Amino acid sequence: MRPFGAIAAALLTASAVCAAEIPQADRRSGYSFMKADTKAMQDEDTANPGMLWVLDGEALWRRKLGASNKACADCHGDARTSMKGIAARYPAFDKATGRPVDLEQRINSCRSNHQQATPMPFESRELLALTAFVSRQSQGMPIETGADPQLAPFIARGGERYMQRQGQLNLACANCHDDNWDKKLAGSAITQGHPTGYPLYRLEWQSLGSLQRRLRACITGIRAQAYDYGAPELVELELYLMSRARGMAMEAPGVRP
Amino acid sequence: MASALINVPAKAKRGDIIEIKTLMSHIMETGYRHTTTGEAVPRNIITSFTCRFNGNEIFRADLFPAIAANPFITFFTTATESGKFEFEWIGDKGFSETASASITVE
Repeated sequence: MRPFGAIAAALLTASAVCAAEIPQADRRSGYSFMKADTKAMQDEDTANPGMLWVLDGEALWRRKLGASNKACADCHGDARTSMKGIAARYPAFDKATGRPVDLEQRINSCRSNHQQATPMPFESRELLALTAFVSRQSQGMPIETGADPQLAPFIARGGERYMQRQGQLNLACANCHDDNWDKKLAGSAITQGHPTGYPLYRLEWQSLGSLQRRLRACITGIRAQAYDYGAPELVELELYLMSRARGMAMEAPGVRP
Repeated sequence: MASALINVPAKAKRGDIIEIKTLMSHIMETGYRHTTTGEAVPRNIITSFTCRFNGNEIFRADLFPAIAANPFITFFTTATESGKFEFEWIGDKGFSETASASITVE
């Protein structure tokens, strides 16, 4: 009786692993799938092109602008202390709108409400630079996104979307990034889809880009209609992915092929 | 918002072989691409990189459209005396940037 029970239990676990989330111990950053030379690019600040955006962001942090003629630094002071650990908690719940916002949206709402300046377009050099500069202050810290209980329904919705098959290829995110992350797609590692390094420098983009840009590219790849930048669906996906990566180390600005 | 990242060892022993690493912010637009309406995107690349040490040229490179954005150029040299490395990038549309770094040779 006992051996039969053990086999049945083993079969049950085996089938559960195939269809379910990646166990905590098996989680791997996209970094660990890269070749040594790409890792070296990320590891050294003077070789990491993402640092060019961080430098720009540092200059923007101190630039006074808008009707209130304030710089980020006038309220937040030295980012090295005031922004430490902030990016590791985003997307976060925004009381004003009652919804989660990602770091780019948070920076832009600060810009329109407090600096009284025009918000920066998504993927603009300035918004990426400020986001990279703020994210950099959390480098090496564990991701904490999703601790706020108000976020629970949004994480659940992001998770559903992650599992939802869509597009002409009829694929869900999970079909690749949960079930086949140890395999390759057209010679490239599939990876587990943990957004540990955003905004990051993709060699393919020859530029820094946001997590929303990466998600939109993936959605286009399965031949579905990508959500617009800033769409609630994208923010919920970002939120789900960041809470799924909770405890993993922040790498921004990362480098990926 | 062009900027450079330079990595030169601050100190070296005389005769040491040292590595110089430079990263310059630039889009390196090839000139071979077209917009959705069919207009050619004009070429905009860095065409030349030079490094001088105490006024003498020690390294030069010509750059071409196939080189990726934000060119990362590294090379080796022998530490002979204390002094200053001066880097210069020149390119299309009047692009011109400089940076420098000092080294102490003991």
